[in-house]
Amino acid sequence: MRAPREHYRQVVHHTPFHSRTAAANELNLWHRWRDYTVADAYFDVGLEYTALRNACAVFDLSPMTKHRITGPDALAFLNRLVTRDVAKIRRGRVGYCLWCDDQGQVVDDGTIFHLADHEFRLCSQERQLDWLLTSKLGFDVTIREETEEVAALALQGPTSCRVLKQLGLAAIENLAPFAMSSFAFEGTDLLVSRTGFTGDLGYELWIAPSQAERLWDRLFEAGANHGLKPMGTLALEMSRIEAGFIQAGVDFLPADRAVRTDRTRSPFELDLAWLVDFTKPNFTGRRALLEEQARGPRFRLVRLDVEGNKAARDAYIYDGKRNVVGAVTCSMWSPMTKASIALASVRMPWGAPGDELWAEIYYQKELKWNRVNARCRVVKGAFYDPPRRRLTPAPDL
Amino acid sequence: MTDASRTVVIGAGHNGLVCAAYLARAGRDVLVLEASHQVGGSAITRELVRGFRVPAVAHLLYLLDPALQQELDLSSHGLVLAKSSLKTIALSEAGEPLVLDGNRVASGPVSAADRSAYTDFIDRMRRLASVLGRQHGRIPPRLGWQRWQDALPAGLIALDIRRLGREHMREFLRIIAMPIQDVLDESFDSPLLKGALALDATLGTKLGPRSGNSVLTYLHRLSGSAAGPDLPRGGMGAVTEALAAAARAAGAEIRLSAPVASLVLSGDRVTGVRLDTGEQIAATTVVSSADPKTTLDRLLGARHLEAEFARRVQHLRSIGTAAKLNLALAALPAFRGLDAAQVGERLLIAPDPGYVDEAFNPAKYRDWSRAPVLEITIPSVSDPELAPPGKHVLSAIVQYAPYDLAAGWDTQRDMFRETVLTVLERYAPGIRRQVVAAELLTPADIERQFRISGGHWHHGELTLDQFMMLRPVAGAAQYAMPVGGLYLCGAGCHPGGGVMGTAGRNAARAVLGGASR
Repeated sequence: MRAPREHYRQVVHHTPFHSRTAAANELNLWHRWRDYTVADAYFDVGLEYTALRNACAVFDLSPMTKHRITGPDALAFLNRLVTRDVAKIRRGRVGYCLWCDDQGQVVDDGTIFHLADHEFRLCSQERQLDWLLTSKLGFDVTIREETEEVAALALQGPTSCRVLKQLGLAAIENLAPFAMSSFAFEGTDLLVSRTGFTGDLGYELWIAPSQAERLWDRLFEAGANHGLKPMGTLALEMSRIEAGFIQAGVDFLPADRAVRTDRTRSPFELDLAWLVDFTKPNFTGRRALLEEQARGPRFRLVRLDVEGNKAARDAYIYDGKRNVVGAVTCSMWSPMTKASIALASVRMPWGAPGDELWAEIYYQKELKWNRVNARCRVVKGAFYDPPRRRLTPAPDL
Repeated sequence: MTDASRTVVIGAGHNGLVCAAYLARAGRDVLVLEASHQVGGSAITRELVRGFRVPAVAHLLYLLDPALQQELDLSSHGLVLAKSSLKTIALSEAGEPLVLDGNRVASGPVSAADRSAYTDFIDRMRRLASVLGRQHGRIPPRLGWQRWQDALPAGLIALDIRRLGREHMREFLRIIAMPIQDVLDESFDSPLLKGALALDATLGTKLGPRSGNSVLTYLHRLSGSAAGPDLPRGGMGAVTEALAAAARAAGAEIRLSAPVASLVLSGDRVTGVRLDTGEQIAATTVVSSADPKTTLDRLLGARHLEAEFARRVQHLRSIGTAAKLNLALAALPAFRGLDAAQVGERLLIAPDPGYVDEAFNPAKYRDWSRAPVLEITIPSVSDPELAPPGKHVLSAIVQYAPYDLAAGWDTQRDMFRETVLTVLERYAPGIRRQVVAAELLTPADIERQFRISGGHWHHGELTLDQFMMLRPVAGAAQYAMPVGGLYLCGAGCHPGGGVMGTAGRNAARAVLGGASR
């Protein structure tokens, strides 16, 4: 581990898997995720995606921000922090959640791991220590940033369960979605949760950084006959759009970064009303969200099936009368559904199921710009949602 | 004995009593819970030693709301002034003191130019202060309003400033956040005069004359409609006793020696209070005259607030710097250059603004002033019943004595008291031999005895960042707190501290109007 006062000497760090990801990165394509170097793609985005959807793929998610929250008030603290009822996330379970500022605007989303009594891990894409320490006032909890202390891989795709069995994880197929379990791995502890960001059957593996390279090597040995490939951020991005998941900084602006008040979004405006539990007497944002519930939200997040084969990149969304009512936040040509799909934020009242919306798409062919107005259909739920994602025991392909 | 439709008021200080009186008059079933064995909070008269009674903390009336004096008919409830419109006398160690009477220099070692400038200055400042005065009785506007109803009060403030006329509006906007020193240097030459005004601007705050915002605190002091400081007969306790009588007459019940330990919540609403004894009292509405930190951090608990709001409350600045010296004296002290009648006026030790500034400097570094500034009254001159015949009591506010003293007050209190008495002796030779009993209350003592966070009289600095719609914190300036059924009514709210009662009156209106955050 780095000496605490030396951190400024290096701005961008390697993840504990770097020796392996660097060797696998045939394209030498990298970008910066928080303070870490991560691969955009290893050999071919399309093939990495294809491995994920048809076999399985490994993604290095070590830069994910991780906090350990412990102490007698850990549960009470989390219940005041996030909008859902954390008491319902039992020991050994993981829950998706989000947290708001006092104005009921989403700061970030993430997952809560209920590790043991009075002990939780909170994972998020953005750094949250400042917000967590602000929220700590009045609670007997200890909050520790443990991003560096935990190495993590996502193993996702239809053969992922098979690969873990091959790795020797007994009865892994019985691990239910959003459950986690510990396994002995070469003398250390390997935590496996059935979670992921791809909308498919998949797992996330959590281990001490010293064992990271060993885990990578063993995983690739185990996956050799099951189509296992490394996967970069670009392929992951494709899968999360197909799953209909949102991403901070892309589909919503974290409230603590916003200057203009109409740029942030509430949980209702992100189609996440199911995460808001008003039966809790207090959580940050509750009063504002109650008012919003009475008043009605300003925006709606919609999942759009766009006519034609052009990705609706950065497109304005129009109503039937050519008024701009919103904009696309992410889009792609989806190989699995054979459709152009997009997430968009539109002003209320537009975007109700059955509404006719139009995307104004600009695209280039050999440096010549073309424009097409494509009719959009509002879709409910995920674009791609294979039943194996929810099956227990998990299919052992 | 519990009544579910009851309104509990926490604290029988002047604002708690005012609020209780108005609520009871409007037909509410009001119970006031006071921790001490007497009403009054820090506006009380108490016995220092047998036969000598002194105003324990607050000692002069500047800003008592005339509207509530009339509406609550305080004179019929026993409020009488022993002396009104006290002159201010700036003492000089060397020679002739400066006597200020309203907007006039009555006598003293100042030039003719300063004399006429003083009258102009006070008239101008009073005119500018009237903008603040007009806001006192209003519930401050919300910030970040989304409805036009919320924009209206903000527009009224702008209109009040505009109505000063072009010249005065510009002057108001120019000086409002300035240090008083700069404004004094523009206007006067006399150090004694500037010292007196520098003290007026900084008394009760953690500001020196060279601190930004000290013009604002000066204007706040001038913002009442009364002409000058008054002395109530029977000391400050007489004011709160009259208020208690008014509250009782309106039907409010006042329970003494009943300290509140915590608020009781059900869901997102306050449903009562729990006393130190464990007794629970149910209430649909709880109005707290305790300071915002005490109410929200200690009685409610930060976990019942939202995160950003809790942080704002935590960062509220409320470090008291004013200590209180109370003396029982065997005879009337002789101050240099004053006749016996003048000793009964308001006496200042602040010989020049540099002296005040140097007194302030140590406070920045959590140390006490080696040459402190004093505001002295000897109320027994005009109110002889406070002391045995021929004897007197002296009451002085002493600055600067910061609450958060680095060395801790336990080891420093006696040294500070000796320093204060030594300074007094220089201006009133022989006074030390007249002392029968002495009491020095540091902000730490004030916090302990009167349950005020930081021992800060105003329950929080009265600077622009904690003023009006930002008082006590942004998002809570309309008296209703974020937790249902809970209100604040103390000096920590608009329009702030001093024995005004206006916060209590405004809060009662917010409660009765069903205002919510």
